[in-house]
Amino acid sequence: MKRVFLLFALLMLSAQRDPILVPEVSQDDIQVQQGFTGTELLLFGAILDPTGARAGQDYDIVVVLKGPTEPITVREKARVGGIWVNADSSAFQSAPSFFAIASSRPIDDLVDERTAVIYELGLDHLQLSPSGTIDPEEQARFTAGLVDLRRRQGLYKEVTDGVQISEQVLYQARISLPSNVQTGTYTAETFAITRGRVIASAIAEVEVRKVGFERFVEVFAERQSLLYGLLAVLMSVGTGWIAGRLFAMI
Amino acid sequence: MDVYLPIANLSVNGLVIIALGALTGVLSGLFGVGGGFLTTPLLIFYGVPPTVAAASASTQVTGASVSGVLAHGRRGGVDYRMGAVTVGGGVIGAGIGALLFRFFQAIGQIDTVISILYVVMLGTIGSLMAREAWEAVRPGEASEKPPARKRRHHRLIAVLPLRWRFYGSGLYISPIAPLLLGVAVGALTMLMGVGGGFILVPAMLYILGMSANVVVGTSLFNILFVTMATTMMHALTTHAVDIVLVALLLIGSVTGAQFGTQIAQKFKPEYLRLVLAAIVLLVALRMFFGLFVRPDEIYTVVPL
Repeated sequence: MKRVFLLFALLMLSAQRDPILVPEVSQDDIQVQQGFTGTELLLFGAILDPTGARAGQDYDIVVVLKGPTEPITVREKARVGGIWVNADSSAFQSAPSFFAIASSRPIDDLVDERTAVIYELGLDHLQLSPSGTIDPEEQARFTAGLVDLRRRQGLYKEVTDGVQISEQVLYQARISLPSNVQTGTYTAETFAITRGRVIASAIAEVEVRKVGFERFVEVFAERQSLLYGLLAVLMSVGTGWIAGRLFAMI
Repeated sequence: MDVYLPIANLSVNGLVIIALGALTGVLSGLFGVGGGFLTTPLLIFYGVPPTVAAASASTQVTGASVSGVLAHGRRGGVDYRMGAVTVGGGVIGAGIGALLFRFFQAIGQIDTVISILYVVMLGTIGSLMAREAWEAVRPGEASEKPPARKRRHHRLIAVLPLRWRFYGSGLYISPIAPLLLGVAVGALTMLMGVGGGFILVPAMLYILGMSANVVVGTSLFNILFVTMATTMMHALTTHAVDIVLVALLLIGSVTGAQFGTQIAQKFKPEYLRLVLAAIVLLVALRMFFGLFVRPDEIYTVVPL
């Protein structure tokens, strides 16, 4: 009984101090099909003070959109006997296929290193779970290589002034997804930060999936691969044959 | 015109892909080669994942060679018996190629292997072709030298046991030789995503000693069936054949091939061969320097 009361009191206390985040995503279902050239997501919402009054203090908002993680190998090219070949490699068990972070101010100004690591705030703090035993220096090199590569592919990004907060109540951020994103369940996580502390966070899910013809082709190629292969061959032969006939007529 | 490729997982400009197919088609119409040696590297350069590029390019070569086989077949330019033997070897070779591909991929050296293969193959064939075409083009001396080579197969081939008669090719040789040739070309098809015409034609002429009027037709016949086999192999193992990409490439290449054939009729074959040799050598040189120049991307990512 005592413990229940304590828990309740704690909840009350924290509820009194911490604001409530009400996040929303402009689109929770992104359909990849013909004509898909990427899309822009609007992540918006409100910060409400439980006392009812407008949030008196300054909040900063950080929004993180993260794609499904996958195990990958990163290879590094080096010069061997004059030519450039893949030399070292390193494996990461949980590399996000997409990672975009937008904040109202630079992350370094908002939280300290430790908090940034805990909440995975920033491209320098991705939790990639490297596997195999290699020294930290080497690991850092591979991580930097991976982040740099994906950043230039538009898959990883960091926008330090990407979140607009109006009247300390409403916030909004725009994050664009390129056309080469992986399908799967994305998470949009919003953090409210004040005085170096994450005081509230909320998660919304965004589903990126192929639909229609594109979905059909993907499933067909995966599940009916024999039939799919035959169809591809047939299409190829058919086109060539028809073209040959047409040409013979001319 | 944005087109989303469902297997390659990216959006491309459809017109660029069609133009790429057309370029390949013009080449195949002009020179009688599949043009896969250009499609695959260009697709990769455009951002298509390498496996998807190689798999889809080989499917496209199937379509590009059909009309050629039909045309040559009508005028008796295909030795079907010889073709069947090389196709048999080609299918085995494609299987070996797939195993090699997987092995080199696992140790992370597939890119280097492919580049070196391109440099060696294209460099050798290109310089051989250039020399031969140059001698034919050079005025004066060509007339002094009547059809220089006696058509004759290589000495090593004569010692092989079990001789068959190949009427179309005018040969009485062991089928083991064309079978081995088929295996080698099949493996290259799978590894490099090329049809292999630029290797088959000279090998059939100078190693097997087939009569020249069936060489191109029989080579196309081999390419047709071996690329079918590699398409099936890719469909079953790598799932990397992108049917939308193939369709775009085909639209370009079948129309391009018509233009190529028409241009070809306006020029002397010796000059055409010289131009082809120059293109092949250029690609080889580009890839040769590519090996030594610091690559744009030091890091590459592959799924585990």
